[in-house]
Amino acid sequence: MRIPCPYCGNRDSSEFSYRSDAAPVRPAADAPVAAFHDYVYLRDNPAGPISEHWYHAAGCRAWLVVTRDTRTHEISAAAIAQEFVR
Amino acid sequence: MSRLAKGGLIDRGRPLGFTFDGRAYQGFEGDTLASALVANDVRLVGRSFKYHRRRGLLTAGGEEPNGIVTIGAGAYAEPNTRATTAWLHEGMEAVSQNRWPSLALDVLSVNQLFAPIFVAGFYYKTFMWPKSFWEKLYEPAIRRAAGLGALSGRPDPDSYDRMHGFCDLLVIGGGPAGLAAALVAGRAGLRVILANEDARFGGRLLSERQRIDGQSGPEWAGAVEEELRALPNVTLLARTLVFGVYDGCEYGAVERLADQPVAGGAKPRQRLWKIEARQAVLTAGAIERPLVFAGNDRPGVMMASAISTYVNRFAAAPGRRAAIFTTTDSGWQAAADLVAAGVDLAAVIDPRPDLPAGAETLMRAGVDCLGGAMVRETHGRNLKAITVVRADGRTRRIEVDLLGVSGGWNPSIGIASNLGARPVWSDALATFLIDRAPPGLRAAGAAAGRFGLADALRDGADAGIAAVTALGRTTPTPPVWRSTEEDTGAAPLWHVPGGKAKAFVDFQHDVTDADIGLAAREGFVSVEHLKRYTTLGMATDQGKTSQVNGHALLAAATGKSIAQAGTIMARPPYLPVAIGALAGHHREADYRPVRLTAAHDWAVARGATFVDAGLWRRPRWFARPGEHDWSETVRREAVAVRSGVGVCDVSTLGKIEVHGPDAGLLLDRLYINTMSTLPLGKARYGVMLREDGIVLDDGTVTRFGPERFYLTTTTANAAKVMQHIDFARQVIWPELDVQAASVSEQWSTYAVAGPRSRDVLRTVFSDLSLDDSALPFMGAHEFRWQGKAARIFRVSFSGERAYEVAVPALLGKALMEALFEAGLPYGIVPYGTEAQTLMRIEKGHAAGPELNGQTSAADLGLGRMMSKKKDFIGRALSERPGMADPDRPTLVGLKPVRSTDRLPAGAHLMPEFGTPRAADDQGWISSSTFSPSLGHWIAIAFVRNGPTRIGERLRLYDPLRGAEGLVEICSPVFVDPEGSRVRG
Amino acid sequence: MRNALSGHKKWQPAWRDAAPREAYDIIIVGGGGHGLATAHYLASVHGITNVAVIEKGWIGGGNVGRNTTIVRANYLLEGNEPFYEWSLRLWEGLEQDLNYNAMMSQRGVLNLFHSDAQRDAAARRGNAMLLHGSDAELLDRDAVRKLAPFLNFDSARFPIEGGLLQRRGGSARHDAVAWGYARAASGRGVDIIQNCEVLGFLRDARGAVTGVETTRGAIRAGKVGIAVAGNSSRVAGMAGLRLPIESHVLQAFVSEALKPVIPGVITFGAAHFYISQSDKGGLVFGGDVDGYNSYAQRGNLPIVEDTCESAMALMPMIGRARLLRSWGGIMDMSMDGSPIIDRAPVDGLYVNAGWCYGGFKATPASGWCFAHLLATDRPHEVATAYRLDRFATGRIIDEKGQGPQPNLH
Repeated sequence: MRIPCPYCGNRDSSEFSYRSDAAPVRPAADAPVAAFHDYVYLRDNPAGPISEHWYHAAGCRAWLVVTRDTRTHEISAAAIAQEFVR
Repeated sequence: MSRLAKGGLIDRGRPLGFTFDGRAYQGFEGDTLASALVANDVRLVGRSFKYHRRRGLLTAGGEEPNGIVTIGAGAYAEPNTRATTAWLHEGMEAVSQNRWPSLALDVLSVNQLFAPIFVAGFYYKTFMWPKSFWEKLYEPAIRRAAGLGALSGRPDPDSYDRMHGFCDLLVIGGGPAGLAAALVAGRAGLRVILANEDARFGGRLLSERQRIDGQSGPEWAGAVEEELRALPNVTLLARTLVFGVYDGCEYGAVERLADQPVAGGAKPRQRLWKIEARQAVLTAGAIERPLVFAGNDRPGVMMASAISTYVNRFAAAPGRRAAIFTTTDSGWQAAADLVAAGVDLAAVIDPRPDLPAGAETLMRAGVDCLGGAMVRETHGRNLKAITVVRADGRTRRIEVDLLGVSGGWNPSIGIASNLGARPVWSDALATFLIDRAPPGLRAAGAAAGRFGLADALRDGADAGIAAVTALGRTTPTPPVWRSTEEDTGAAPLWHVPGGKAKAFVDFQHDVTDADIGLAAREGFVSVEHLKRYTTLGMATDQGKTSQVNGHALLAAATGKSIAQAGTIMARPPYLPVAIGALAGHHREADYRPVRLTAAHDWAVARGATFVDAGLWRRPRWFARPGEHDWSETVRREAVAVRSGVGVCDVSTLGKIEVHGPDAGLLLDRLYINTMSTLPLGKARYGVMLREDGIVLDDGTVTRFGPERFYLTTTTANAAKVMQHIDFARQVIWPELDVQAASVSEQWSTYAVAGPRSRDVLRTVFSDLSLDDSALPFMGAHEFRWQGKAARIFRVSFSGERAYEVAVPALLGKALMEALFEAGLPYGIVPYGTEAQTLMRIEKGHAAGPELNGQTSAADLGLGRMMSKKKDFIGRALSERPGMADPDRPTLVGLKPVRSTDRLPAGAHLMPEFGTPRAADDQGWISSSTFSPSLGHWIAIAFVRNGPTRIGERLRLYDPLRGAEGLVEICSPVFVDPEGSRVRG
Repeated sequence: MRNALSGHKKWQPAWRDAAPREAYDIIIVGGGGHGLATAHYLASVHGITNVAVIEKGWIGGGNVGRNTTIVRANYLLEGNEPFYEWSLRLWEGLEQDLNYNAMMSQRGVLNLFHSDAQRDAAARRGNAMLLHGSDAELLDRDAVRKLAPFLNFDSARFPIEGGLLQRRGGSARHDAVAWGYARAASGRGVDIIQNCEVLGFLRDARGAVTGVETTRGAIRAGKVGIAVAGNSSRVAGMAGLRLPIESHVLQAFVSEALKPVIPGVITFGAAHFYISQSDKGGLVFGGDVDGYNSYAQRGNLPIVEDTCESAMALMPMIGRARLLRSWGGIMDMSMDGSPIIDRAPVDGLYVNAGWCYGGFKATPASGWCFAHLLATDRPHEVATAYRLDRFATGRIIDEKGQGPQPNLH
């Protein structure tokens, strides 16, 4: 599997670290503990397209938002997380 | 000898000596072990897995189920090698497997007598009673009998290589279709890789007598190969098996570079290729199907196409008097090949009533051509005769020692289902074909069901053109080759009824027609259940000759069509691949890289003993002559630090620069305590949590400028913390204006510790003010040393006055030397990780065993550090009741009640009285050491509600090692609890 | 044996291939090891036989048929060890209980360690095992060498310091476990319904689950339990639940059959790698999950290479053995690496999920405890920690200390 890093081009997935679903957003500081529970622990875990965080640890060190289908592993998009508009 | 007098693609000028089961034989360059055995009249080559039946060669290719041998001796022995794809070399030693004491006389062939028990699923329904017998008697016996060849038990002496390949078009298989595809794409300028499992390009052309443009098959293939070799954009990989398809158009392949031992392992034996191909064409050909009839496994029964290969390519006749049993037109071709080679052909038996065109010629040559007939039975230990049954029911016995069989063709499409698409049945071709191919891949030629040569050539060329077009190049004109338009008629025949002997479907695993019927009766009616219950297709050949026949029989037994019954998906690898090749260079001592610090050589020269810390190698201690054991050395080092001065290489700690207007804000969110208030030139101890409230790491933060911070991490967590910080600033708070970079490898850092540490530093850094007013405890300076940036931190892990000095890594060794030299008048010692650990336990500092991913800040006794004034990662979830529970095991110190008792880390702690019960478990010892300062063992432990129980006694629970004794709970700070020494 | 001597004509189907009836007391969704074991214990322990197991494909086609067959009870934490020890005891009596040979083979599980810190952690774990009535032995390097002389002792990147041995651990024939439970449950009247995929849950006015909608029609039930590891999020999602679970692909590997060479199960301590040898002679081994969410039952080359590298680091004789087949299974990777056996926050629905790598060895106890929960509405005493709300309460069971990152467990 190769990930099209916007900085580095197509790179082997073994250069990246994975951190799952990019959808959950860290709650505001004053949010209840339950909101942090949902953020940290609960996942949609879809069978199909998912936008997820990959970290180019052995490359540019950018966190990416990669859109990938969990049934086929097909990657349709990759963006820099810092610039990614949810 | 059965070597034909002329012909074949062997080099008769280069004879090769080899042995099989200790007997010497001779073959020629160009032979496989199998063809050389055929040429030497060796008919018995192996024993089957379960019944240990006598087996001869069935095929001439990678699909071979029977001719499985061990090649080589000692550490070079390679078990389970297919004789059909083992290229003969001088001195090859091959031995048969799965027999005892010998291939001809195999004691375990008595299993056949018990065949009524050993049917499908026999393990599960038998061997159970009485209870203990399975493990004590049956299973050990089954294990001993199981397995094929043996591993030597010694390290693989060969080396293996890895290579990445990139191409526009990967052609998988160098037969006629593959050569055509590669030629078209190569001429059009595509970067082409042509991988061919065989050592020689040509595929079926090497085995047959077809002609293309007036050339023989091998001549034509040779000419195409020559043209391809001349093209700079084409890479030809012979002896290279493409074994699997992976995501992102990646193909795994293994190239056999040297089959025979190369002196000293100078050349790799095999090379793993990982090929990125924009387009791929699968031209791996097709595998001929056996026919299922009684006694179809007797040595002498062979695939018709294999007979053609042995006769035409290797000039070796697999028998003296032959018959062919075929349901395909191609089987008649093999018959013609035998006649052309001068082998006595007694009969061709074809169940189809109408014989194909070729029959007439054979009849004229005196061959009995029997239409509407079948072979019902075979006779002899090795084949001696067959019984043929005619359409009218009459039978006839024909004396033959070779029977060619042809039941149709299965395209070699295994890798096409690697990504999860199941092949589909084609009624028209009576075979399974690719349905949904992996992205960028298409099949061509026989692999796509184009079984005729002319058809395959056209299809291969079309595939090449399609690849060129798909990549946006100008569509080339297809080349035209003239070759025979073959008859490719076939009528599947799945089973011949009426025979008495067993009829085999899976030859290696001894799965018979009856086994499949039995599985169906027991409800194992899906192809997946059939596979698992009968082990059909699970032998080393992965069912290449058996799968489709088995599924057809299952369909018949369950009243379904073959299309409904379906087939399984092939898993990689397509053919077995050496595990050594998949590991490449990463083995034994080279398994993972070694990271060495700048002063490593210095430590080596000082006689250091090293320890692995992740990938780093760190000095563990520096033994002196006369010291009896490591503990003596380590105590001496610790005492030297506490009483004088020592130096320790701490360069492996993670180091991170965090810069920017929002740097302080980011650090406040990363650490449980506040960092934004840190004054310039000051360091502060900090703890980071994961978002779930568990401690991620600890270290110091130093502020060198208003927007410039420097962090240290533990050695183990350096990469993890860097990733964590990047996540926080890039993903959670992208709006913050802050940068972070790892500088772990840029700085070399040395701890100089002990009451005389300042004296040593004054000698080395004479310009630097080291007065306590200028550099107090937790102070830091930037300065220059030898013209380069340097940093000094007044921090301490040992609890003594101590400094950490950092210089660019290139100066690391020089600094270590300078510090040591300057320290000699003060009796400086180098100390390693063990003395470091000893001293940090004496001070009650948490380290790796305490930061184990299961402990919170409160568990470590650091709960009060958690700021209540700000949000930080891990704050919210720390408030959960399970995290705030005071009953959680919390860090305390332990000392033995009897001063001579040892406190082993890993021991649990129980109440002082009563029988140990799980429910009463009070905690456990995380770190322990003998304390030279106190003269007895001490420990850091996690105890339920520990800090409120100081003075209470607990009992060691360590039945694993037999340690016993009572301990008393105490403060974890054993040495200098007031912290006066650290301040000088 | 009698059947064997009568030409095998009398063998009946191992289990009835039932058609769905209108209603059951209990429906188990998922005809894998855990679901079938649950049905068996519901029938045999609790006398509840009006039970259906519904399976979208063929029984045993999921993880029970694609794991590396290891059975062990060598856990550290108090939430885990009693459960796995109970499972091991059930394994030890399984063949007699089921009258079916699951080929349980207690040849030992040896966890190697390579540093003092790992040794201390192994000691802590071994002591916990003994405390919970299980068995454990701490071996030094020489003892390991005696047990497995072919390991790499002479040129290792991470030298072997010793090992934690559980002699009662071992392996079992995975497929036979599923078939044995199916056969036993079916024999007591449980309906095993194959090719029946759940499409949704039937709910009453209060929102309670009252059955399932399937590809073979609606089936009503007093209680519905899901045991569909790998797909738990998808099925629970039909009832509106989000679970603390991600689906990940784990590859497994088998070599060609070889004469017996590896005693028991051996695990590497310097990386995730485990290996044993099947009764047929194949070396069965595996490593890490591929590391990304996946529902595709297959993986990629980096993990193939990584796993083979570990193999060559540990036992360099293996270089000349050949990889015969690799495959992938979909793991329910939970947020703390431990499973869930609990009532769902929806009435009538019960969840058995989150088995990570550990599902196979848990099969008997998982079935036993899930049956207990379904029958009594109370957690079994060895599974009280496997609550769904433990992430909210902070009483997590994180054996590896990796935190809420499922691909690291």
